[in-house]
Amino acid sequence: MRNYEVTFIVDPVLSGDEIKSTAQTYSDLIKNEDCKIVHSDHMGLRQLAYPINKRSSGIYYSYEFETPNGDVIPKLELAFRRDERIMRFLTCKLDKYGVKYNDDKRKGLIGKKKSKSDDSKKEEIPAVKDDLTKIEGIGPKISEALAKGVITSYVGLASKTVAEIKAVLDEAEGNFGAHDPSTWGRQARLAADGKWDELKILQDELDGGKPAAGTSEEE
Amino acid sequence: MASRDDIKFLSNPNIGKSRKKYCRFRKFGIKYIDYRDADFLTQFINEQGKLLPRRITGNSLKYQKKVAVAIKRARHLAILPYVTDLFK
Repeated sequence: MRNYEVTFIVDPVLSGDEIKSTAQTYSDLIKNEDCKIVHSDHMGLRQLAYPINKRSSGIYYSYEFETPNGDVIPKLELAFRRDERIMRFLTCKLDKYGVKYNDDKRKGLIGKKKSKSDDSKKEEIPAVKDDLTKIEGIGPKISEALAKGVITSYVGLASKTVAEIKAVLDEAEGNFGAHDPSTWGRQARLAADGKWDELKILQDELDGGKPAAGTSEEE
Repeated sequence: MASRDDIKFLSNPNIGKSRKKYCRFRKFGIKYIDYRDADFLTQFINEQGKLLPRRITGNSLKYQKKVAVAIKRARHLAILPYVTDLFK
């Protein structure tokens, strides 16, 4: 029996369902090869230390699995290389200490680590809460309304369709009927990728968050 | 005769005495270094993101090598930067 650990980064621009199905594909691939998944860790959206494929954040997944032989590894890595949704991956063989460490970490025996990770989690939550008012057409009130509809981040907003955003606005108190969220998804996507310059250019073209009729006709 | 406590030094006499370095992995029995734990690994890199040498960290050769591998893995996964400025 050998133990391996595979960590990969999924493109954050995909919608929530696509991301889940991507992760599911690989857990199925591992299971189909007579392997036992010891633990699957969804590490969530994280800021990258440097941009990859012009993205500044990514969704981390980690699987620890047990296999009778190493046959699954080339297949898995080939699938990762062919998949455009995967930004990076890393497969590592775990020695007995690595297996023990991961086991202890899950049980919370590594006390110092646990308190540290708790701290970092607390820091992560406000980090995910983006300032939605930076998107043209969204003011503080709409931002509050969106927060009630569990949209607090650019990535979250980008993954919603226009109809979904409208539904959230309709549910919220206040009269937001006049607002047109058709461009918010596009703006949020740029913001999520940290493309502030492109966002600025887009916002210059827009008129109060609505596609300006005059400019688009000229182009 | 004045006791030792009465003697006042103008400067701290312990300055200049180097404290003995030790390998923290040996001392605390850490056997595995997790490449996903960015907080822990930052102790072994300088503010440009470069690996610190053994003569500064005091690691034994065995664990210095493991630290180096863990940091390189973390860099590949964009948990730590390859090059940066004012990292800490």
